[in-house]
Amino acid sequence: MASQEVLREETSRSSFFNDPKVRSLFFQTLVVIVLFGSVWWIVQNVIDNLQRLHIASGFGFLNGRAGFDISDTPIAYTSDSTYGRAIVVGLINTIIVAAAGVITATIIGFVIGIGRLSQNWLIQKICTVYVEIFRNIPPLLVIFFWYSGVLAVLPAPRDSYHLPLGSFLNQRGFYFPRAVWGEGSWLIFVALIVGIAMAWFVARKARQRQMATGQQFPVLWTSVALIVGLPLLAYVLSGFPLSFDLPKQSTFNLTGGFQVKPEFLSLYLALSCYTAAFIAEIVRAGIRGVSKGQTEAAAALGLRSGSILRLVVVPQAMRIVIPPLTSQYLNLTKNSSLAIAIGYPDLTATAGTVLNQTGQAVEGVLIMMIAYLILSLVTSAVMNVVNARMALVER
Amino acid sequence: MKHIAIGILGAATLGLMASAASATTLDTVKAKGFIQCGVSTGLAGFSAPDDKGDWQGIDADFCRAVAAAVFGDGTKVKFTPLSAKERFTALQSGEVDILSRNTTWTINRDTALGLNFVGTTYYDGQGFMINAKKLPGVNSALQLSGAAVCVQSGTTTELNLADYFKANKMEYSPVVFEKLEEVNAAYNAGRCDVYTTDQSGLYGIRLTLDSPADHVVLPEIISKEPLGPAVRQGDDQWYHIVKWTYFALLDAEELGITKANVDEMKNSASPEIKRVLGQEADTKIGTDLGVSNDWVVNIVKAVGNYGEMFDRNVGSGSPLKIARGINALWTKGGLQYAPPIR
Repeated sequence: MASQEVLREETSRSSFFNDPKVRSLFFQTLVVIVLFGSVWWIVQNVIDNLQRLHIASGFGFLNGRAGFDISDTPIAYTSDSTYGRAIVVGLINTIIVAAAGVITATIIGFVIGIGRLSQNWLIQKICTVYVEIFRNIPPLLVIFFWYSGVLAVLPAPRDSYHLPLGSFLNQRGFYFPRAVWGEGSWLIFVALIVGIAMAWFVARKARQRQMATGQQFPVLWTSVALIVGLPLLAYVLSGFPLSFDLPKQSTFNLTGGFQVKPEFLSLYLALSCYTAAFIAEIVRAGIRGVSKGQTEAAAALGLRSGSILRLVVVPQAMRIVIPPLTSQYLNLTKNSSLAIAIGYPDLTATAGTVLNQTGQAVEGVLIMMIAYLILSLVTSAVMNVVNARMALVER
Repeated sequence: MKHIAIGILGAATLGLMASAASATTLDTVKAKGFIQCGVSTGLAGFSAPDDKGDWQGIDADFCRAVAAAVFGDGTKVKFTPLSAKERFTALQSGEVDILSRNTTWTINRDTALGLNFVGTTYYDGQGFMINAKKLPGVNSALQLSGAAVCVQSGTTTELNLADYFKANKMEYSPVVFEKLEEVNAAYNAGRCDVYTTDQSGLYGIRLTLDSPADHVVLPEIISKEPLGPAVRQGDDQWYHIVKWTYFALLDAEELGITKANVDEMKNSASPEIKRVLGQEADTKIGTDLGVSNDWVVNIVKAVGNYGEMFDRNVGSGSPLKIARGINALWTKGGLQYAPPIR
């Protein structure tokens, strides 16, 4: 009897330690303590060492006068602006080049990806060669190719190439006339917005009618007429308020007009070309992922090959394409930090200069990391929304 | 990208460096057997690798002089090429022991950055260089309004440039690169009209261009650029060793001690020369500093005196042919002046 009782007590005690719930709770707590402990230790150590080495710390430096100039300033910035504003200018430059790159890379990527599946031997081979070249070269080399190989060999400002519509191309960049909006030009913008809204409305009505009656309506031409015609009408009615500021030759450079600098151009072209190669492969995989029966069934219904692609294959392929596409967009954004090699003032470059002028490396690197993190999280949040809308809705 | 790597490395080092185990720089240097010296990525006359890969120039020789003082051997130096952006983090995080990299001494760097400049090894000023063949008629910096200006980022040059154009109500478009070679390549390719950096640097860079004769340095000097070596704050002993190495180079020149005559000079009749060279009976000058008593002999044997160092690297004995000017000794009308070794 006595021995039995002891035995029961022992089993119950050991079962407490063997209880999976207790165990997992114990180990999870331990991991959290170790993690926070080491982070706390590192932070404490940084603070100690900074103080010991007499290095200034804190984020107060962001309010100081920057004192240096930046070549591309999308928002007002002079050397009298603060360090904080200089970093913001860099961040906006990063966003501009990333957004432009994402759009172009997606367009090139879809064209090349579909081209690789083409029945036409020549198109298929050209697309294959494109993909194999660009995805096998490091992005930095692609940037140097555009910067030193293409744009740097253009002529000096004095001997610029004259392009149509008053634009110029030389080694300082691409210059084109800048639109100067006169009085009453707000009417044109209003007309444009009204035109777009009306085109959208027409497209909706046309689809409803086709669903109900099967009759089609020339949506494309109506939309073009609305979107182009209305602003044009407003332009005439408001008395031609638009004029152009043309680039002109001066002592050193072309002045006036709008200048796209070679640093931006080469970074944008390089990132677009490089990422497009990966997107092409993703698109090809997505299309291949749609079963052949779908194409055949659509063909049996009498759809033409263009309509099959647009209405049957691509919508189903998008489900496979979007998740890896998000990763490529994030890669492109992060690769834009290679801008520093050619002197485009992106976030890494301007924050790096601030870091150097103030000597506050820890804070500078922290700001850069947080900025890229936020940028990436926003991109993936947007893409998740798109993905959710594209995903198969199951009943 | 490298400066980010160094930034993160610096941040990581600052994080992981155990604050208790802070041995003096002299002890660490002696334990590893060489001095880690931060230099430029290649600026003729100051620090640039020659065709054999050995670093040449005033800044490189200065590190050799410190190595000679510490080890009695001027070759015990390892060089770390640093861009303008990387240099301070590299010194702060302990990656290099001395920053001898044509770096301008400013109050901000002495205080907020936690550095100690030891002196001015070269008095310089910022200037402008243009391609006179492409821009005939431009002979003053005040005619540069509207120009594209190539400049290295993270330098005092970048700040002076902004100030100068603003003060003279001129406009310019900056073309900014992180590395000196990138700025050189951009200027050479015609991406910008004007190159601005320290005047000594402009003369050195001009030699590396495709057709040096086409380029002229404009007469204006728009800033004071006292260039000198720097060390970390918080280690007075190391600071004194580096500072007095610089003074020893100057005192040696002033006393006429050269690489060729240093052994004869040991037996000189002058008590001052004997004292400087550690030949005084029971001298403690060197050991008090933390080095051997014949440290000045070792320095001069390794690199010569300041004048020899200057002539060999940037002066008459070099392709740069820069005149001593304000870098002459105070006895010859220049600014180089050292406290006495006694």
